[in-house]
Amino acid sequence: MDKMPKWADVILTPLISLVLAMAISALVILAIGESPVMAMKTMVEGALGSSYGWGFTLYYATNFIFTGLAVMVAYHASLFNIGGEGQAAMGGLGVALVLLYLPLPHWAIALPVAMIGAAAFGAAWAFIPAYLQAKRGSHIVITTIMFNFIAAAALNYVLVNKLRPVGSMDPASARFPEATHIPALTDLAAGLGMTWGKNTPVNITFLVAIAACALVWLLIWRTKLGYEIRVLGKSEPGAVYAGISPVKITVIAMLISGGLAGLMAINNVMGESERLVLNAVEGAGFIGIAVALMGRNHPFGILLAALLFGFLYQGGGELALWTSIPRELIVVIQALVILFTGALDNMVRMPLERLFLSMRRTKGGAK
Amino acid sequence: MKIKDSLIALIVLGICLIWAFVDGSAAEQGIGSALRLMTPLLLACLAGLYSERAGVFDIGLEGKMLMAAFTAASVAYLTDSAWLGLLAGIGGSLALSLVHGLASITFRGNQLIAGVAINFLASGLTVLVGQNAFGLGGRTPALTGAGRFQPINLPFAETLRDVPVIGPIYSGLISGNTILVYVALLMVPVTWWVLFRTRFGLRLRAVGENPASVDTAGVSVTRLRYAAVAICGILCGIAGAYLATGLSAGFVKEMTAGRGFIALAALIFAKWRPWQALFATFLFGLLEAIANLYPNLDLGFITIPSMFMNALPYILTVIILAGFVGRAIPPRAGGEPYVKER
Repeated sequence: MDKMPKWADVILTPLISLVLAMAISALVILAIGESPVMAMKTMVEGALGSSYGWGFTLYYATNFIFTGLAVMVAYHASLFNIGGEGQAAMGGLGVALVLLYLPLPHWAIALPVAMIGAAAFGAAWAFIPAYLQAKRGSHIVITTIMFNFIAAAALNYVLVNKLRPVGSMDPASARFPEATHIPALTDLAAGLGMTWGKNTPVNITFLVAIAACALVWLLIWRTKLGYEIRVLGKSEPGAVYAGISPVKITVIAMLISGGLAGLMAINNVMGESERLVLNAVEGAGFIGIAVALMGRNHPFGILLAALLFGFLYQGGGELALWTSIPRELIVVIQALVILFTGALDNMVRMPLERLFLSMRRTKGGAK
Repeated sequence: MKIKDSLIALIVLGICLIWAFVDGSAAEQGIGSALRLMTPLLLACLAGLYSERAGVFDIGLEGKMLMAAFTAASVAYLTDSAWLGLLAGIGGSLALSLVHGLASITFRGNQLIAGVAINFLASGLTVLVGQNAFGLGGRTPALTGAGRFQPINLPFAETLRDVPVIGPIYSGLISGNTILVYVALLMVPVTWWVLFRTRFGLRLRAVGENPASVDTAGVSVTRLRYAAVAICGILCGIAGAYLATGLSAGFVKEMTAGRGFIALAALIFAKWRPWQALFATFLFGLLEAIANLYPNLDLGFITIPSMFMNALPYILTVIILAGFVGRAIPPRAGGEPYVKER
């Protein structure tokens, strides 16, 4: 069983996967006649070289933390939730309805209320796939994919036919009331007498996301519910034997997962666009899969992986701006990360295990 | 076939008949369009059928089709030959199939995650390479003439034009499609025959239900699964080539637009069987055609928005998956890598 030390499993395998993904991306960049070194430089400068770049990097990272945590919680119950995209979109609808129709005098009140709205709508969108998986055995991967498309169609309908202000051509809701705008981190920095991240969308949701990481860690490893989720994930017969109801835990784990994905809307809908627009999620739900895999389904790993993808996302935007490399490069990197950390995990792991085994043997021989 | 199994066929026939009765010429146009919209769905659905019957889940149909559409359109443009484009499409799709096979068969990874990765890989690479090669923001230049598959007029199509009932059906619907439409339709009986009347088909189905028994019989599970994944790649390749060089004139960024997932839905709807796949994909093609023709379908008592029609394949699939209308049971060993030695 113990072929590798834990640190190698937790740190080395994702790092090697990342290096492999980066190396192949570099080859792709070379193949289209651009310089990978220049590309990396542009990305680092654009994403991390200024407080402006950091502001965007952290904004994107906030989205990915939520969707990554969503994938992670489901994953611990051995459920593969690819529905983060639809759940986050529905979370946006929850935020919009709360902010447009409830009279909320101040952002400090609006924020928790909007969070409840976002989480409730995201969780509700995860509920049907969860229930069908638990009760009827319908494969959750397929149903969550289908629900992504249904969510997109439903939002399209609601935005065009219901929420669109009279006279507007744009399929988007009205702007949220001024009082409900949450402070951006640049405002907080200004309050402390610093100029940081002017005109960047990163807002206090970033702090909420950090708190969410800590809470999810507590939930999974320090509560009875988290224990039950992990038991179910390891072995369903084991869970049944221990008196844990698979139906109940499946549904609860998916509700939490959907709620976390929905919470992303606080960042992009309430914090950034301040109204609900079409396709507000922009693929963040799917990036959550890469983030969770890369972060080894641990909140701290997810935080780091989300920062990495925030960097890639912002850097990719800069790349498209300054070079002839389109921003789809990051989609390729994202695909390779998913491929190497998720599907080709054994390809990375097997040679490593062999290496450690032979190292241990030579050590044993020397004694 | 039991009555319950032919339910989809009856529903499809019913919709067509009602439509033809209400508005004949619109129905001819709409059903013809449904036939063309069905073609990529049917090919991708049969592609998934081979793969999943052999126990390899494939949610990467979308990516394979997208990659094929891009390579087909690029090569068809550069060589001015739709046939070379078709070959390139198959090649592009097969390359991704190989990745899928490596991940899910050789390295026994998670098949679903591999599928997700393939979708993103195709979505990123097509634009990255396309922008670099043609500089049109991910498009390929428009195809003309021999770069596209042209409609074929079947014999007597003109003479039979005015015969009632048969005329519109033969001349309006069956004749005048590109060759790939007929290939797709032909693949249905071929697939049925291969899966249910040949030794290869029996083994392929067995490998999806109980791979250990196939292994015990001395047949290589790995080779069978690779064969299934390769057939899946070829069919997805034809589907993508049809999208880019038959249905439209060139590649556009994200042009598959979820068709791979609709095909997946149809596969479940058809309960992993070829004839039902034909009816399911035709139903979904019909829904798309209706949504295109009538953005707001007025049924007198209720107006159905086009968004609902677009979402209907997904909604129907969830209902089928829920098992309220007949139960869809996937191949038993689907999704599980086969480990020879424990």
